[in-house]
Formats: sequence, structure tokens, C-alpha cells
Amino acid sequence: MNETIALIFIVVGITFDLFGCIGLVRMPDIYNRLQASTKCVTLGTCGILFGVLIKFGFSAAGVKALLCIIFLLLTAPVSAHALARATHRSGVKLWDKSVCDKYKDDKDALS
Amino acid sequence: MKFFRWLLGSVFLAGTIIFIFSYLKVGPQAKLMLYLLVSFLLSLFRVLKGPTPADRAIATDIFGILVIGFCAILAVYTGRDWYMDVAIAWGLQSFIGTLALAKFIEGKNFDE
Amino acid sequence: MPGASWGFKKMYSKVVTFFVSFLIWTLLCFSLDWQHILIGGLVSSVVALMMGDMFTDYPKKWFHPRRYGWFIYYILVFAWECFKSNIDVASRVLHPRLPINPGIVKVKTCLKTETGLTFLANFITLTPGTLSVDVDPENGYLYIHWIDVKAQGLEEASKIIISKFEKISKEVFE
Repeated sequence: MNETIALIFIVVGITFDLFGCIGLVRMPDIYNRLQASTKCVTLGTCGILFGVLIKFGFSAAGVKALLCIIFLLLTAPVSAHALARATHRSGVKLWDKSVCDKYKDDKDALS
Repeated sequence: MKFFRWLLGSVFLAGTIIFIFSYLKVGPQAKLMLYLLVSFLLSLFRVLKGPTPADRAIATDIFGILVIGFCAILAVYTGRDWYMDVAIAWGLQSFIGTLALAKFIEGKNFDE
Repeated sequence: MPGASWGFKKMYSKVVTFFVSFLIWTLLCFSLDWQHILIGGLVSSVVALMMGDMFTDYPKKWFHPRRYGWFIYYILVFAWECFKSNIDVASRVLHPRLPINPGIVKVKTCLKTETGLTFLANFITLTPGTLSVDVDPENGYLYIHWIDVKAQGLEEASKIIISKFEKISKEVFE
């Protein structure tokens, strides 16, 4: 029973990983790539680690998987945020069909 | 042209998945790892192709997160606990490396 | 007397750092052997003495039990929104015509502390279709990349994106 539930979680996690990487290839713009890949890959890897937690139970490896989930949920958005900010400051434009860019307007008004 | 590229990509993905699913004679655990290898290949494609340096940095970050999941699957199907230690250490190093890459792309010094 | 209260606050912060690092050490070792606990206590006290005053600014907030109850509710809402956002993004990625409408909008928040802003930005990044790009902590503005822009004004965007999460974050972290 436990093995089946763990296998279901791992398969769902791998599927979301695959969707995230397809988004990394298909999206037209760097910010959209960041959105699709960060969300899908973070939840997919958390699904795999949750499957590991169910499979091993509350033992040494299971607790390490739980710590890894917490750590991943704390750090993956931070690194995505840092990369988005650095990209915008280094001067990469948004996609042609984007609607608005309030950040660039504010920076132009300041300088 | 766009339709042709889309068709080529979907045929490649579906062909790889069908090949792994039906023709390859390995156990079901190794099949799971091969599915994960497809997403490794896609992120490596973005590393090779990316027009700006930031694209490559993003693909490297995603690659680091995928390695954590790969280590977790290895820990399940070999039954060895220390693969989880490898996963935690790899996650820490990947996070710090991504922050350093972000500082580098922004064009600042590291102590700022 | 300001000096005395400041020293008191630093001591509280060191105690909190010691307990958090000792908890993480115990979970990583996962054995109640006396050697492990001895080494963990030594390493945690060294870390607490060196870095204690950098870990938290308001150490008394760690002793309120009401915050932990709100924190569990926060985690439940977070998990549900995260799952919804993944379904949304996966459907957008797999759609043949790529139905996106991106842009960067500006929202206003009323959170002040750094911890609250950090967790609000994390929450925004993992919820449907939004990614925080930059934070302006003096005026409380957040710049958010939105994959499907529904409103460009300041008030409408704030109402749609963050009004639900802001209340929970305020209860937990302020």
C-alpha cells in the first residue's frame, strides 16, 4: 500500500518536471521561462521527495527528505527572484507582445 | 515554419517516451530515471541555445533542482540512505552558485 | 535605558538561534546517542555565539503560540495555491497557441518587516501566474511579473494579487 502511494507521488512529480522543462524550451521570453520552469520544477521535485518520505517512513532518510522539501520551498523562489532582478537590471527587454512594464517606467522616472 | 518546429518537437518527445515505455528492456525503476533524463536533456538544450547569459543561468539553476529529484529516486531504488545527504548538499551548493551567478549578471562586485 | 534592553534582545536572539540550529542538527542525525547530542550542543553554541544577533531582529515573536497556529493555516493555503498554480502553468505550456499576455505591474503592500516581505515575495512567486521581480521596502511597493495581465492600475492589481495573502502574512510575521 505504502509503496503504491509513493510510486504515484513520484510519477506525478516526474510529470511536472517534464512539463516545466517543456516550458523552459517553449516560452518566448526569459521572464516567462523563469515562471514556468520555477513553479513546475519546484513542485515536481517536492512531489518526488514526498514520495521518498512516504516510502521510508519516519526514519533517517525520510526526515532528510522532509528537511530537503522545506529547504527547497525556501530557496527556489529566492533564487528565481534574484535572477529576475539581475536580468532586468542588466538590460534584457521584455517580449514584444508584453502589455506593460511599470518597473522600467519607474526607473526612467528616477534617473 | 513555426508549425514545423512544433511538430518536430512533439514527435521527438512522443518518440522518446514511447521508446522508453515499450521497447527498452529494463526494470520499471530504471524507466522512471530515464523519464527524468528527458527533462535533463531539455534543460541542457536551453543551456546550449540560450540567446543571453541569463537564459543559461536559469537553465543551470533548473538543472540543479532536477539533480535533487534524481538523487531522491536513486535513494529509493537502491535502498541506500546516503543519497539523501548528497541531495541536501547539492541543493545548498546550487543555491549559493545561483546567487553568485545573479550577482555576476547584474554586473556588481560580490561584496555589495 | 536603551543599552540594557538592546543587550537583552541580543541574548534572546542567541537563545533562539541555538534552539533552531540544535533542532536541525538532531533531525539530520536522527539518533539520540549522547555523543551526537554533545557535539551538536557544542557546534550549536559556537554558531549561536558567532552569528546569533544576525538571525532574527524581533526574537520575542518566536514565543507566541498563536503565530504557530496561523503558520499551519498559512502552510495549508500555500500548498493548495501551489498545486493550483502548477495546473494553470502546465495547461498554458501544453496549449498549442501559448495563451500568455505578460507584463510587469506594481502593487502596494502594508507589510513593513523584512521577514514579512520575504515570505510575501516567496508566496507570490509560487502562486498562479506571478513572479516578484523587485521590492522597494521604504514605500512598500512590489514589482510583479504577471503572465496574464488582468488589470494594470495600482489598486486593482493589489486587490487581485495580494489582498488574500497579506492578511495571513501579517498575522504570522508582524
